Amino acid sequence: MTSTQERVQAALDGLQASISSARDGMPTITVPADKVREAVQRLKERAGFETNTLVTAVDHYPAEPRYELCWQFLSVSMNDRVRLHARIGGDQPAIASIIDLFPGAAYSERECFDMFGIVFTGHAGLKRLLMPEEYDHFPLRKDFPHHGIEPDRLYREWDRKRRERPSNTAFQQEQQEEGAR
Amino acid sequence: MGSLIEIKDNPAQEGFLWTRVDELVNWGRKNSLWPMPLGLSCCGIELMAMIGPKFDLARFGAEAARFSPRQADLLVVAGTLTWKMAEACRTIYDQMPDPKWVIAMGVCSSSGGMYDSYSVVQGVDSILPVDVYVPGCPPRPDAVIDAILKLQKKIERERPVELLLQGANTDEGIGTRRFDRAPNRGVPTTRSHEFLPPGQVSDR
Ligand code: SF4
Repeated sequence: MTSTQERVQAALDGLQASISSARDGMPTITVPADKVREAVQRLKERAGFETNTLVTAVDHYPAEPRYELCWQFLSVSMNDRVRLHARIGGDQPAIASIIDLFPGAAYSERECFDMFGIVFTGHAGLKRLLMPEEYDHFPLRKDFPHHGIEPDRLYREWDRKRRERPSNTAFQQEQQEEGAR
Repeated sequence: MGSLIEIKDNPAQEGFLWTRVDELVNWGRKNSLWPMPLGLSCCGIELMAMIGPKFDLARFGAEAARFSPRQADLLVVAGTLTWKMAEACRTIYDQMPDPKWVIAMGVCSSSGGMYDSYSVVQGVDSILPVDVYVPGCPPRPDAVIDAILKLQKKIERERPVELLLQGANTDEGIGTRRFDRAPNRGVPTTRSHEFLPPGQVSDR
């Protein structure tokens, strides 16, 4: 019986993948960013990893390339897991989406987009998952201050519209009083 | 104070009670608070315990929890209020008929608590006028009952008739003279120009 590492090595042959064993014993594959989709496809089809369990990123700011993406795959039939890493950088970080291979990754990719601003090209419904849709920032980036940047902006905008609604007589009255003064 | 009907020698025997309108109104209001439980996170569980039979809020006349703001006059904000939820919270407050009161239950809703973060409102008093704050994470149900008793004392001191005669006849003015504009404090103020320069990583 071949080990997981050998199986993965054979499946990813020719993809400039470097495979090592992480401290927890999980085989960890590092591939160049443009080979990710190909690698995922081969992991699924040749190495038998039929479930995607995690898509996330790590921000290594201010190092470049800045983001380290991380996918984890599970093979139920062989009781195996692997981890796939790729580094991307730049102002508009982008990476190929894998939702046509693993539809379940759609939510993880949306969360990753929401928190890090990484665009998964090929993901049709890529919009924010947790933060409000009009929010401008990506909270898990390392240069994002933990108090946020004007966290109340959307609320204030909504609040202004609410006050100016014609039915808000209290506000109209207040305005008139202020005008009279 | 005059009387509209002729009183014979002993009014008490004829079923009369003398009181001031203010006190009658306040007595009615304070003993029939209808809470609107806005259970946003863990504190909501303690809130349920408070209404349940063991702590029995019914002893103080406030057990009729309403899940429609139109039928409630006491908003209990129990839990972590996020900026995304803030609009809903303010809408619920606006939909409650006057007079209305607010209890901020737990440190999260009182001050943001341990969530010193970009997504959490640092105290619901940034968006609503709050009457009673209850510290604790979560506060025990007894503490919230104590808050309701304090609120009852506060209601006793209100002067509804005077306010009515003053013509505070706006949507939000009758009775408690509440204002549309909540005091604003405690909103974190980091602006875009305070972005860290590249090469310097926040140690927080
Ligand atoms: S105060 Fe504590 S118990 Fe209450 S919502 Fe906040 S974290 Fe939860």
